[in-house]
Amino acid sequence: MTAATLAMMKDAATTRLARKRMAAYTVVVLIGLYLAYVFFAFDIPGLAQRARMDNAVTLLSDSWSYKTHVTRDHRSGTISYAIEGQRKGAYPEGERPEWVSGNDDAVSVELKNGHSLRLLPGNVTEYHYPGTDPVTIRLMDDELVADVIGPAPDWITLNPRRVGITTEGGRVTITRSKTEIFRYFPGWELFFFTLDSPYHGHGLLDILFGERIDPDRPNITGAWHDFWYNPMWLHAKVAWAIFETMLMAFLGTFGAAIIALPLAFLAAKRFAPLMAVRFGMRRIFDFIRGVDGLIWTVVLSRAFGPGPMTGALAILLTDTGTFGKTFSEALENVDDKQIEGIASTGANPAQRYRFGVLPQVTPVLLSQVLYLFESNTRSATIIGAITGGGIGLLLTQALQTQQDWEEVSYYIVLVVLMVMAMDWFSGWLRARLIGGKSD
Amino acid sequence: MTDISDRPHLHQMQSAYLDQMRRRRLYGALTLIIFLLLLLPGFHLADSRNAGGFWNGIGHVFDYPAAVLSEAWAKRQELPGHLVKFFPALVETINIAAISTLIGSIGGMLFAFLSVRGLACWPRLVPLFRRLMDIMRAIPEIVVALVLIFVLGGGPVPAMIAITLHTVGALGKLFSEVAENADPKPIEGLASTGAGWSQRMLLGVLPQVAPNFLSYALLRFEINIRASAILGFVGAGGIGYELKNAMSWGQGKFDDAAAIFILLFGTIVLFDQLSSSYRNRLVKGDWQ
Repeated sequence: MTAATLAMMKDAATTRLARKRMAAYTVVVLIGLYLAYVFFAFDIPGLAQRARMDNAVTLLSDSWSYKTHVTRDHRSGTISYAIEGQRKGAYPEGERPEWVSGNDDAVSVELKNGHSLRLLPGNVTEYHYPGTDPVTIRLMDDELVADVIGPAPDWITLNPRRVGITTEGGRVTITRSKTEIFRYFPGWELFFFTLDSPYHGHGLLDILFGERIDPDRPNITGAWHDFWYNPMWLHAKVAWAIFETMLMAFLGTFGAAIIALPLAFLAAKRFAPLMAVRFGMRRIFDFIRGVDGLIWTVVLSRAFGPGPMTGALAILLTDTGTFGKTFSEALENVDDKQIEGIASTGANPAQRYRFGVLPQVTPVLLSQVLYLFESNTRSATIIGAITGGGIGLLLTQALQTQQDWEEVSYYIVLVVLMVMAMDWFSGWLRARLIGGKSD
Repeated sequence: MTDISDRPHLHQMQSAYLDQMRRRRLYGALTLIIFLLLLLPGFHLADSRNAGGFWNGIGHVFDYPAAVLSEAWAKRQELPGHLVKFFPALVETINIAAISTLIGSIGGMLFAFLSVRGLACWPRLVPLFRRLMDIMRAIPEIVVALVLIFVLGGGPVPAMIAITLHTVGALGKLFSEVAENADPKPIEGLASTGAGWSQRMLLGVLPQVAPNFLSYALLRFEINIRASAILGFVGAGGIGYELKNAMSWGQGKFDDAAAIFILLFGTIVLFDQLSSSYRNRLVKGDWQ
């Protein structure tokens, strides 16, 4: 090799490298340009103004904590106690949280971090901020008056119609009609039993092995009933919704597989000699896939109304297209050698299918079905939110109230667990049925 | 051919093998039968829980498409106008899908490299990154989108974030399976020259796996277009949002709905075809 050819080759290599480097830079620049375009098309700069950070704060704090309301009605003078201010979470008549004490003359409410409050007769409220003199707020001539000397501290907002106190101990709102005190606690409230259940406040061991708590019912059945039909968390309804979602995925996936299997034979070159049938079948699959689950869901929910059947049919229809395509491809890719081998032993056509084709395609088809089954559990949640069924519906309903964030986070946890369980189950089933490969 | 009758040990093995085959076949058949038997009561149950029954509804399946089509046909001269009107919404839907696929692929790549033993930067954290990907994959996009709509307001950004998260999880898993099979020699070679982790990944692993990565990312792009249309339907902007509006206006606005159906159908088919032909070329290798 002469030095001249070597130099020429080196030149050529350098140019090629330079060209490749150029191409790589171009791709990076194009991606950068596209990102810049999307940055403005999606109005990201305006996002900061539109974003509701207060919503984010409520969401984050509500999803892992709850508040108990102490409410005094200024007309009747009665004081009521309710968790989250809901009727379902109300303390029964004559009962109150242990951090409330005193009698009719003065009810004192202990808040966190040494803060406390006294509710005095005549609609007078006394707030004790640790280390300072108590602030008294009274209702006089239909106006709220506070005995604050000098400028009001920054934790209190004063207004003749509304006084608000926000401290690390809790929150107080006083209007002309009522005084409301909110004390925050970590955790999900009344997850097991509501306050009207006799089992509230009893531990698991107490219920299982202790004395009979409710004289009318054995502990285990009674506790299970009160837990399962908990009016705040509706465990029975949620469990049913989860089941409904899995049912949709199950019916849709396996129904589609059963329908698609014979159709796939019609679309596979090896098994359908008639070109027109093959072509027609393929276009039908393409059409079903192209219309997409969203449109099928919309069309079907018009005919069948909301519910799990609609969701199952929507999944079934969409997946028939997917399975039809993938099954027919799998059938076309069958290896001839195995069939020839079987034929060489003198097997008839039925035996050739049974021992030549079936063992080749079954693992492929099964793993496709199981893979889609797992991914359809997720789709069923989404379709449920559109058609109205299953956990998707509960989730959208809880989101729309914009305050039951603890329920939203509960449902999210359940959905994630459900999808992971399905993932595991379909993997396990695949290993069992197809077998051999994993072990 | 040797006679196995005088070798009891071999004979035993053969019969044990046949037994095992028979048992496996039986289990397979039983599972299949159980699944099929569960389908019927399952459909029955789902039907009983549905607002309108299956047999009532089956006759009306084509009512809505027929109404939409006939109205669209009656006002067919307005159709091009509608197509133009909804085109920006379609572009938004495609943009959401494209940007989520782009960012999701980059994120997925990072997660894949971090969660493959032998490649990982911090080998101890491999299980952590794997679990993170599992969780990202398990949360349905709609959940993230709805929560983010509450915080960020409606629009494309919540959908973009939701789909991106899911894409990172899904692609991360597929990518890590590809990266596991990468040839370690180039990586070792680079390491011997003193290359850092990012250099080893970029120059040693990425060139080997790029065609497969690209092919998976394209497949994900197809899926993400559909997802972004669905998320629009729950309030995240784009063509799905327009579809929901057109549907809730009802009769008299069906020509709008028809135009949106056409756009959505055309887009999905177009991108499916484009990506599948490109993926074929990638996999066959004759793409340069």
